[in-house]
Amino acid sequence: MKLDVVYFAWLRERIGIPGETVETEARDVAGLVAELTRREERYAQAFRDLSALRVAVNQELADFDAPLSGAREVAFFPPMTGG
Amino acid sequence: MLQVQEEAFDPGTVLSEFTAGAGPAGAVVSFTGIVRDNGGDLDHMEIEHYPGMTEKAIGAMIHAATQRWNLTACRVIHRFGRLAPGETIMMVATASRHRAAAFEAAEYLMDYLKSRAPFWKKEVGRSGACWVESRQQDEDALKRW
Repeated sequence: MKLDVVYFAWLRERIGIPGETVETEARDVAGLVAELTRREERYAQAFRDLSALRVAVNQELADFDAPLSGAREVAFFPPMTGG
Repeated sequence: MLQVQEEAFDPGTVLSEFTAGAGPAGAVVSFTGIVRDNGGDLDHMEIEHYPGMTEKAIGAMIHAATQRWNLTACRVIHRFGRLAPGETIMMVATASRHRAAAFEAAEYLMDYLKSRAPFWKKEVGRSGACWVESRQQDEDALKRW
C-alpha cells in the first residue's frame, strides 16, 4: 500500500527530507519503522531510539504498535514543545 | 476559536475583542507566552508545526476545556515561523461565569498545548542552533487533569 510519511524537527533534518510517499507491506507502525531503517544509514540513525520519538497516524497520536490498516499519513517527530 | 498563524498579533487588542464577545461571563483569564532569552545568546527562535494535526489537536483541547469548565468563550492563538526574543508566541483566553473555572481551563489548555500540540521550537543562537527538548515536568503536569 502507498503511504505518506512525514518527518518533523530534528528527525526531518537527520533524514534530510520533510516527507515522502512510500510503498509498504508493513502491518503496523513498528513494521514501517523496520522497513525504513533497513533502507539507509540516515534512517537507521534517525530511528535508533524510539523512546525519543512520537508517532501520529492520520494526524492522531498513536503508539508504535498501532496497525496501519486505513492509514493514509504517518508522521514521526520528537516530543512536542508547544506553548 | 483557534488561530495558527505566522503573523504577529497584539495581545491587548485580542483580549479586548475576546472580552467584548465572551457572552454572559463574570471572569476572563488570559495567558501570553513570550520568546525568552535565557542566556543572552538567543538570536531568534524557529517554530515548526504540523499543519492539519495542529488545528485538530488544539481544536479537541478547546472543545474538551469548554465542556469541562462550561466556558462561555475560549480562544487560542499560536504562532509559527521565525520569532525574535520578546515577541509574543501564543495566547490563551478563557471566559466563564466564575473565576475558578476560567483559571483552571487556562492552565489545562497551557499544559496540553505544551506537550500535545505538534509544535517544535529551535533556538538559534550566535554560537549555534539547538532544538528545545521536552521536559518530564511538562509531561507530569498532564496527570493532574
